[in-house]
Amino acid sequence: MPVTVSIPTPLRPFTGGDDSIVLSGETVGQVLDGLIARHGGLKRHLMQEDGRLRSFVNLYLNETDIRHLASTQTPVRSGDVLTIVPSIAGGSPATETKPPLSHAEMLRYSRHLLLPEVGVSGQRRLKAARVLTVGAGGLGSPLSMYLAAAGVGTIGIVDFDVVDLTNLQRQIVHGTSTLGRPKLDSAEERLTDLNPNVKIERHETRLTSQNAMEILREYDIVVDGTDNFPTRYLVNDACVLLGKPNVYGSIFRFEGQASLFYAEQGPCYRCLYSEPPPPGLVPSCAEGGVLGVLPGIIGSIQALETIKWIIGAGNSLIGRLLLFDALKLRFRELELRKDPACPLCGTNPTIRELIDYEAFCGIGAEPSYEGPEITAEELKAELNQKGGDVVLIDVRERHEWDIVHIDGARLIPLSQLPERLGELDGHSEIVTHCHHGARSMKALEILKGAGFSKVRSLAGGIDAWAERVDPGLARY
Amino acid sequence: MGGSLMLRMDHALIDEIRRQGERAYPAECCGVLVGIAGAVKEVVRLVAATNRRTDDPHRYLIAPDDLRRIEADLRPLKQDVLGCYHSHPDHPAVPSAFDVEQAWPWYSYLILRVDGGRAAEVASWVLVDDRSTMHSEPIDVLSEV
Repeated sequence: MPVTVSIPTPLRPFTGGDDSIVLSGETVGQVLDGLIARHGGLKRHLMQEDGRLRSFVNLYLNETDIRHLASTQTPVRSGDVLTIVPSIAGGSPATETKPPLSHAEMLRYSRHLLLPEVGVSGQRRLKAARVLTVGAGGLGSPLSMYLAAAGVGTIGIVDFDVVDLTNLQRQIVHGTSTLGRPKLDSAEERLTDLNPNVKIERHETRLTSQNAMEILREYDIVVDGTDNFPTRYLVNDACVLLGKPNVYGSIFRFEGQASLFYAEQGPCYRCLYSEPPPPGLVPSCAEGGVLGVLPGIIGSIQALETIKWIIGAGNSLIGRLLLFDALKLRFRELELRKDPACPLCGTNPTIRELIDYEAFCGIGAEPSYEGPEITAEELKAELNQKGGDVVLIDVRERHEWDIVHIDGARLIPLSQLPERLGELDGHSEIVTHCHHGARSMKALEILKGAGFSKVRSLAGGIDAWAERVDPGLARY
Repeated sequence: MGGSLMLRMDHALIDEIRRQGERAYPAECCGVLVGIAGAVKEVVRLVAATNRRTDDPHRYLIAPDDLRRIEADLRPLKQDVLGCYHSHPDHPAVPSAFDVEQAWPWYSYLILRVDGGRAAEVASWVLVDDRSTMHSEPIDVLSEV
């Protein structure tokens, strides 16, 4: 049956410009098949991959929509006209409506609204956003404060620590008035004071393989403010498995790093560091120190990347590792590529669920130093009794000695000990000490290995001494 | 193929779309671009269409019956439907995944961002042949000298 098919303007580029084509067939479906056989380019625009007509393609047999007839099974007769008629549809991405802004919010965020890149729509997206920050410490402080100030609607915080005096040199979300209180309480008070519109969701727990998926699942984006490798790998892996972006930051002494790991669009943390460093190789901030402003800079960069990601502005740190050196005051950038062999986000992933991250990072498997210890009180008694017979060796660094030291002790930093053994008398009673007791155990190993027999380590280091024996000494 | 033509239209027509977008906010406005397709697509007028999607303010639909009526009116004038326009309330003037999924080849899809009730940027888009995305299409805006 010869039927005339009428081609709409948008499809004429595929029919060589023809606006009507005569084809034969018994049904509408057969006529369509004939059309596609003649002009193959039409197929993907008319049909879905499963062979059904696309929803926006309408077919009229003479004056009637074939949906009201027998669809593609509708028989055709000679002289019929089959017309392809577009319906034109579309819409903005958000089917859900972002929350509107009150007049007070308009005023509060006025400096944001003035930026076309943010505007009312960006601000409403911030209000609708749910961000999880892991850790309310050095990075978590500036990060959570800038996110709250920026009007991020919901901020989840994972932390189980309490505010300590040594935190306040950099953890500016806390304060002297909240010393000794849970960091979550302290942060929540400060953040809601900064911006009462923000909802704080508290997760007073250590993030573990057991709870990470459940906690992270509820957020749009995760910001990693952790200070240890097991949690960093845990956050990365959970984010990749859940398809969430992970805003990474890390700090040490005067140097910091930041990136945005989002496996859907770029590399993950494992593409950069497939394996953690050996335990103990990279000292923590508590061991190695950190300049207080540094987490302020890196945490602010993390907040920046989070906000940019939410409002969809600018170029993100996806695929780039930002390195910051505070002493040289220099930023550098490394290009990061997705590793096709990445066990997590590569082409053949082998990690499909969370693992034991403590074991992965070798925690608990590191060589343990054992040796005889002496308590601060016992050492005090022996020094009173034996006086100069006990040689007290301080194995800390010179700058730690300058902070505080025990009168009568000798400074031989752990790193110099093997070369300076000659300065020690093998017959005297030796007690080593450091800050908290770990390095002096290593010193004990060195001394015992060199044949010294009467050696002990001060348990708890100078900190225990200052706390319990000589309150006149400063603690750090 | 794929219709990477340029869109040419008078400034007054752009202004009219901006007004419609602001009036419809926070819902979307939609309509048809009518004109003559030659070396460029020259838009000569707009036909505001009725949005047949009333269930969702972030969707628009120009129904086939409406389009047939518009095309029938255009035939004696030797004019064609060149594409359509719609607004994105509080969202950039870039096609959404749904826009791409629903797009016809060759048609120009002109999108207006309306930010908090104020018309912002306008951009025009054309579907690529493999339907994977839409490419931006230049708009030559004619203004009175």
